[in-house]
Amino acid sequence: MRDSRSPSVDTVEGPDTTPSPVRRPRGSTLRPVHLLLGTAVLAVLLLVSVLTGAAELGWQRVLAELGAQLTGGVSPLSEREAAILWQLRVPRVVLAVLVGGALAISGAAFQGVFRNPLADPYLLGAAAGAGLSVTVVVTAVPQVNLGSTGIAQVAAFLGALGGVGLTWLIGRSAGPDTATLVLAGVAVGAFLTAAQTFVQQLRVESLQRVYMWILGRLNTTGWDEVLTVLPALCLAVVVLCACGRLLDLLGTGDEEAAALGVRPGRVRALVLVAASLATASAVSVAGLIGFVGLVVPHLVRLALGGSYRVIVPVSLLFGGAFLVGADMLARTVMAPAELPIGVITAFTGAPFFALLLHTSRRR
Amino acid sequence: MSRTIGFRRGVTLLLALVALLAGATSCAQRSSPDKETGRGDDPASAFPVRVELPGQDPVTLPEQPKRIVSLSPTATEVLYEIGAGEQVVAVDEYSTYPERAPREDISALNVGASTVSDYRPDLVIAQAGNAGELAKGLRELDIPVLLTPSATDLPAAYEQMKALGRATGHGDEASDTVRRIRSEIDELVRQAPEPERSLTYYHEVSPDHFTATSKSFVGSVYEKFGLDNIADSAGGKFPQLSEERILRADPDMIFLADTKTAGVSEQAVGNRPGWQTLTAVRQGHVYELNEDVASRWGPRVVELARSISEAIDDTRRS
Repeated sequence: MRDSRSPSVDTVEGPDTTPSPVRRPRGSTLRPVHLLLGTAVLAVLLLVSVLTGAAELGWQRVLAELGAQLTGGVSPLSEREAAILWQLRVPRVVLAVLVGGALAISGAAFQGVFRNPLADPYLLGAAAGAGLSVTVVVTAVPQVNLGSTGIAQVAAFLGALGGVGLTWLIGRSAGPDTATLVLAGVAVGAFLTAAQTFVQQLRVESLQRVYMWILGRLNTTGWDEVLTVLPALCLAVVVLCACGRLLDLLGTGDEEAAALGVRPGRVRALVLVAASLATASAVSVAGLIGFVGLVVPHLVRLALGGSYRVIVPVSLLFGGAFLVGADMLARTVMAPAELPIGVITAFTGAPFFALLLHTSRRR
Repeated sequence: MSRTIGFRRGVTLLLALVALLAGATSCAQRSSPDKETGRGDDPASAFPVRVELPGQDPVTLPEQPKRIVSLSPTATEVLYEIGAGEQVVAVDEYSTYPERAPREDISALNVGASTVSDYRPDLVIAQAGNAGELAKGLRELDIPVLLTPSATDLPAAYEQMKALGRATGHGDEASDTVRRIRSEIDELVRQAPEPERSLTYYHEVSPDHFTATSKSFVGSVYEKFGLDNIADSAGGKFPQLSEERILRADPDMIFLADTKTAGVSEQAVGNRPGWQTLTAVRQGHVYELNEDVASRWGPRVVELARSISEAIDDTRRS
């Protein structure tokens, strides 16, 4: 890529020169229509998801309940039905939006930082680190409830950040380029996963619970989880959306970015921290839900072009929509039984991944 | 020179002795079939014995085992109940009952054949499904392995107890145990109040709402009491239920079999979002079971039946 750049880039003065002589990717501006489209898709899926569920409350009655809540009318639902709707279903749908959005936006950010379309939030040891620390908690304190206590959340969060931190340290000491960092991530991930398996073997009766957590789960939740992840997630989203333009500049090559007054190392660190924060908050409440961070930014890139100013915010919306849809399937396909959501995302994500490899090879 | 002759003589003598012994053993084998029922004063006289369990390869034991290693918590409970405890030299870390069993820090999931062989067992009992590799290794070392399948109902559990009796030379005691358990459970079922309408229940195996259906062993015990399982339409033995559906079903009774590994309690269930609207929670019909009793198909199934019977009584009264 860098070889094909024209030497004229070196002559550019100052960071704010517009229009930039650097070739801008297709669809480099975020148009309102993109956000409107994403919001509309998300809103429709949200509504359908709230109207359907294993408890079969009847979509007309749920609509009537929503109307009654808005206008202050009489609720058509019994106390228990209202509890199912407002204490189980709605928080779960909201959590799906947050987790899906977090994974997709951090996926987009990782792909931007590494200039690698196959990067995803779990590449840098975030998932393996969270997996190890949650496994340690479950084996050390078997009484801990993974769904509704803060201990597991904090452990997953620290574990994810620890995994990324370790990758960062090893990658930096080995070399400056992103490929080294990715390889360090693979090594750290493999090591932490092995450590997790070792800890699991020490206490075999915790296997099932850890296993369910690894598959990803939104099934035991109230509003607590939503409130837990919200602050960190908002912070990460603001930072990442603001970094869209910088990611585009990084995409043109470090020298070019530096010539435009951007310090590539700092941008990369800032984006990595913010994306790890988003991943860690998602992982801490929902376990390991794969492929969202890979698939969604990619679809957005295919549809709307290669600018991260577009990909990052739109991925947030479509990531939320994707996970809401996947969770709706998880809740209803086998009702009254439940499917782990990670199974659904992998079912859709894995073939997509294969297709991606196929088409990228042909190019 | 004379040393060589002495050596040869010794070898010849040894060979003769072996031949004699072999003859004696084969005599014993020939005379055994008429005593295979295990009746008689000397339990050892029932051997050799061939033990067959559903879905498993038959195991032939040449003589009464003196050094048994049990890697199955259910089998451990059965062995001690039928009087084979004296023969047990080691049990796995999950064999928590009875207290006096020689518990070792091993389990069928993490132990290799060579470690088990260190106990010099003449019979190893393990749970089928967990111990395939281990069993293969032990058979290569010529150690007999009895793999016990998970029982799916009471008759299957009874058959397994009798098989363990035959394998250890305690056939009579095993039959007596089965007779006693059967009559005690029948008595508990008879005492349970007649239903005006059938009661529904939810049996929780883990806090993420894995449960047991009537197709499982524990479910078959509830079924004897005429209770309806809210998970049966989900299919399988241990499905994960949607939480919405549990609330929708509003079971009359909630049984917790995740009290030990996950520390779930009646209070914790009441604190779950939305669960305080359930009839069972409001009226206090959430029952904490002994998790080990509720997951094994051994002699303590009577305790489980008693818990269920008392819960029904309690629920009917209110």
